[in-house]
Amino acid sequence: MVEPHTAVPVDPAARAGYLAPPPRMGFFTDTSLCIGCKACEVACKEWNLVPGSGLDLLGMSYDNTGALTANSWRHVAFVEQPRPVGWQTTAPLAGLPTGPPAAPTTAGVGGAVAPEQGTLPGVVPASDAAPAARMADGAAFPGTPGTPPSGSGDRGRRAELRWLMMSDVCKHCTEAACLDVCPTGALFRTEFGTVVVQEDICNGCGYCIPACPYGVIDQRRGDGRAWKCTLCYDRIRVGRTPACAQACPTESIQYGELDDLRRRARARVERLHADGVTEARLYGHDPNDGVGGDGAFFLLLDEPEVYGLPPDPVVTTRDLPRMWRRAAVAALAMAVATVTAFLGRAR
Amino acid sequence: MAEAHPVGFQWVMEAKRRGATVIHVDPRFTRTSALADIHVPIRAGTDIAFLGGIVRYILENELDFREYVLAYTNAASIVSEDFRDTEDLDGLFSGYDPRTGTYDRTSWQYRGHEESGGGHEETATERESAAGLRHESHGPPMSGHVTRDETLQHPNCVYQILRRHFARYTPEMVERVCGVPREKFEAVARAWTENSRRDRTTMLVYSVGWTQHTVGVQYIRTGAIIQLLLGNIGRPGGGILALRGHASIQGSTDIPTLFNLLPGYLPMPHHAQHPTFGDWCASIRSAGQKGFWSNARAFAVNLLKAYWGAAARPENDFCYDYLPRMTGDHGTYQTVFGMIDGRVKGYFLFGQNPAVGSAHGRAQRLGMANLDWLVVRDLFLVESATFWKNSREVETGEIVPERCRTEVFFLPAASHVEKEGTFTQTQRLLQWREKAVEPPGDARSDLWFVYHLGRIIREKLTGSTRPRDRALLDLAWDYPTHGPHAEPSAEAVLREINGYEVATGRPLASFTEMRDDGSTLGGCWIYTGVFADGVNQAARRKPAREQSWVAPEWGWAWPANRRLLYNRASADPEGRPWSERKRYVWWDEESGQWVGEDVPDFEKTKPPSYRAPSGASGVAALDGVDPFIMQGDGKGWLYAPVGAVDGPLPTHYEPAESPVRNPLYGQQASPARKLYRRTDNPTNPSPPEPHSAVFPYIMTVSRLTEHHTAGGMSRTVRYLAELQPEMFVEVSPELAVERGLTHLGWAHVVTSRSVIEARVMVTDRVAPLWVDGRVIHQVWLPYHFGDEGLVRGEPANDLFGVTLDPNVLIQESKVATCDVRAGRRPTGPALRDLVADYRRRAGLDGHQPPVVTVDTDRPDTDRPDREE
Repeated sequence: MVEPHTAVPVDPAARAGYLAPPPRMGFFTDTSLCIGCKACEVACKEWNLVPGSGLDLLGMSYDNTGALTANSWRHVAFVEQPRPVGWQTTAPLAGLPTGPPAAPTTAGVGGAVAPEQGTLPGVVPASDAAPAARMADGAAFPGTPGTPPSGSGDRGRRAELRWLMMSDVCKHCTEAACLDVCPTGALFRTEFGTVVVQEDICNGCGYCIPACPYGVIDQRRGDGRAWKCTLCYDRIRVGRTPACAQACPTESIQYGELDDLRRRARARVERLHADGVTEARLYGHDPNDGVGGDGAFFLLLDEPEVYGLPPDPVVTTRDLPRMWRRAAVAALAMAVATVTAFLGRAR
Repeated sequence: MAEAHPVGFQWVMEAKRRGATVIHVDPRFTRTSALADIHVPIRAGTDIAFLGGIVRYILENELDFREYVLAYTNAASIVSEDFRDTEDLDGLFSGYDPRTGTYDRTSWQYRGHEESGGGHEETATERESAAGLRHESHGPPMSGHVTRDETLQHPNCVYQILRRHFARYTPEMVERVCGVPREKFEAVARAWTENSRRDRTTMLVYSVGWTQHTVGVQYIRTGAIIQLLLGNIGRPGGGILALRGHASIQGSTDIPTLFNLLPGYLPMPHHAQHPTFGDWCASIRSAGQKGFWSNARAFAVNLLKAYWGAAARPENDFCYDYLPRMTGDHGTYQTVFGMIDGRVKGYFLFGQNPAVGSAHGRAQRLGMANLDWLVVRDLFLVESATFWKNSREVETGEIVPERCRTEVFFLPAASHVEKEGTFTQTQRLLQWREKAVEPPGDARSDLWFVYHLGRIIREKLTGSTRPRDRALLDLAWDYPTHGPHAEPSAEAVLREINGYEVATGRPLASFTEMRDDGSTLGGCWIYTGVFADGVNQAARRKPAREQSWVAPEWGWAWPANRRLLYNRASADPEGRPWSERKRYVWWDEESGQWVGEDVPDFEKTKPPSYRAPSGASGVAALDGVDPFIMQGDGKGWLYAPVGAVDGPLPTHYEPAESPVRNPLYGQQASPARKLYRRTDNPTNPSPPEPHSAVFPYIMTVSRLTEHHTAGGMSRTVRYLAELQPEMFVEVSPELAVERGLTHLGWAHVVTSRSVIEARVMVTDRVAPLWVDGRVIHQVWLPYHFGDEGLVRGEPANDLFGVTLDPNVLIQESKVATCDVRAGRRPTGPALRDLVADYRRRAGLDGHQPPVVTVDTDRPDTDRPDREE
């Protein structure tokens, strides 16, 4: 289902004080068109002079990048699942011989591998590889305990197979916690409504890193500063398309005015639903979600958790005013009590 | 296609968005499969059985596009009474000689043309010289006058022969041979046939891996038969699209880097067959032949004039005698074995990395280690430049760096963005690219290297009176240069390729302007027009929105800027579009000419009603209903009486190495395949030979999106290398259990040639198959890795031996048998011991598997043990 808009979207640029800002710009990443070529990852690194990340084989299907980090601002996730996808008219493995699954310990190996990417905190090996093993065994799915995907587990009748690919990126939230907590002003809201780190101002305090509800922004080892996607601020200021969208051969990554992208996305979902791809859904498009909607939003073919995305992200600074209010009330009460105590003694 | 051609795949995605059904047939589930409506896992090497099943489905259900088939193909042509099919001879065609392993093709001819078949000797010569390659731009020579039965009832007409030949390729047989379940096969057959009719067309797309089989040419022939039967050739949205391995592979066959071809698919002269210029020209065209290829003499003269300029005159046969002559097989693998044997002394490598990219890597490296000199021009220091100090053979002691005799010259090359020129892509489209940046340091373009090498050699030979130096000294070798490094002008070269009038310098607009008297010259007749009006037509960049959907003003396509070949077939025999939806080129009665979206591939004013007078030949012999103007009879060939040396029809043979006995015929593998029977080139045993169980699994290799061919341009680039940082082998969970393999652990893969190790990737994307009643496991490896670069791994192509397709001499490097074992391989000399032990257990010591596995003494009797 596509939820209707219930509120007038906030224009974060106007709120940030820009007078007559240009339209808010963003990404619509349509994973139903992604072919996993990783051109976005490479184009981003080429244009933005991002250092290489690790040369590690991760065993996570064809994903050897692992995560969005200071050294990877686009990340293509690959998810192999024993489930059908709406456009398949026949099951890929139907009628083929099946045997026992690979031992769970075998499959668990992938979870214990960490990419060495030169970033902080980086991606650490799983403390317990068992969940990954159970995924291969079909017993459970990490992050969604108790909801095994249909078709998995029973290898005797294995027939379905799909391979989801999704190019992840900074969401450029409407309510951006990283920006809220930045003490130096290195993170700022651009006139396009995007969120950018100024590398010459960032002092490497790292406050932004736990603030991001998506785990996007990251610190670079040996540098200390925080880095992430800028939505190619230098390119879009001169009217050019960001490098990743420019390189994408299948228009899986679309760049444009956010309102326009949202319209396109709704039409695309309706079209996919009509074509039988009923699992298509949008993620991050809703201005009423916990981050006020994303500047970079997605069309997914499964639950967000499957792609490593939080199902219900909330701007981590959402509760700060209330917390501060309570702290203020408490402080005030303390002050009053103290004053009262002194006054009482004086009496 | 999404794996190896992601940019081209955008058009598949575009078609999918418009409602096209995408079917992907591949042994493993790839990025293409992920987006496909139907994915068909298939046993590697069984494509003819699968496609043959589709041919049978079409014929048995009479789903062929009958009007098209009757008018435009050779379905009605009658074949010699002497012809015997594989049905009659248990997998052999008539004319087979088991002693030479070649066919006498006399009996394959159309009735009344038996004399043009040539004997065994001619077939053998064609095999040695990969003669099939020259048919890229035109059909093989043959006379155009053929007996036909338009009712298709004659027992020896092509249509009936086709029916009998493919009768055995039932859905059950497809399932048994390919491991493709019947329901899935039928889903594909239905989708293909239902989408092929007057108002619908279906396109067949393959990539280079399809050709790398002992029956690679016949794979494509099977596809062509289907597309012709369904009326999908010469029509928009139809055709057979050959995706090339990298940029300008098409260009490097048009203007070839091959031993057996000259530009424009003119054959390289053979010392015995073409002693004189007249013999050579006569051999290219055949008397009475229809079509444009009959002008071959003019094309040949123009090429020789382009080579030798003023020195090429009618009285010296335009310097024909300066051309080198073939004496046999000079193909890349013959050359490598020649190096091992000490018969080849020097070797140039231009952007090629055979130590990783070619089959039988050990032979490649041992050969290169036994030269006087080796010149490697590449962007990076690739394995083929460092094998003498860093390779498996150094590890095993087979190459000792201090004693390796080869002097290696490594010359850095400019990349495609550091030089100007054209690429020719799969649609025959030439696209000019500008130089974006100067090449770094000593890096230079190939054009610079070849031009100055020639210039310096000619300077050194100045004053020489030796006859053998005349060919070099008489070359027209004067190109304008520019810049501090005297870079030759690529535009000047393109202008010469296009051709011009010698007297005036006026560029030719079309190859029809080429004369055979020396008044014009042109380096490649099919490219004539790319510089028409003195304009570099390949550099045109008019956006799609500013022109018609065919986009004729983007780049330039050979021939004559025609975007769709044989497009006369897009109209019915009367010249009307088959349907409004698929209208493309049609006859306009009013103006009396062919008009439409594209340059008509037909004489512009020849009406559909035209019938050639008897005795006509060449272009005049083409009827108004002969769309295939480069074929000797003007028709699309369901049956190839000449051209292929391994059979007039495709037949399923098992790969040279297979764990399966051929379920269709007694003949196991292609009887005409090209072999190099040497002790350093063993072949794993296949049934009916014993010991095939020593190598129980099927292996296939291909590419990953993240890397480029042999890896020289990607393993060396950090941003690409990190995306696929290590060699791995993909195995099914079932095989992992069977062999005790763990995900990300090590395995080694063994054949009778070599052993390599790789990390294990356990995935459902590789699935076991039911084949002939038993489970067959396949493993997949990328072939990108080698010993140099930022990320290293062992080369998968080391595992293959050298057995070739007989038509074009391409190696079977997409399927072989192997063993897979857990853990790392032995190191040092123990590595060779392991392989030797496998060879011993497979019974290969002093033994080569037989070519013929059917009793040729009693050819007309069926093998009783094949009956079910």
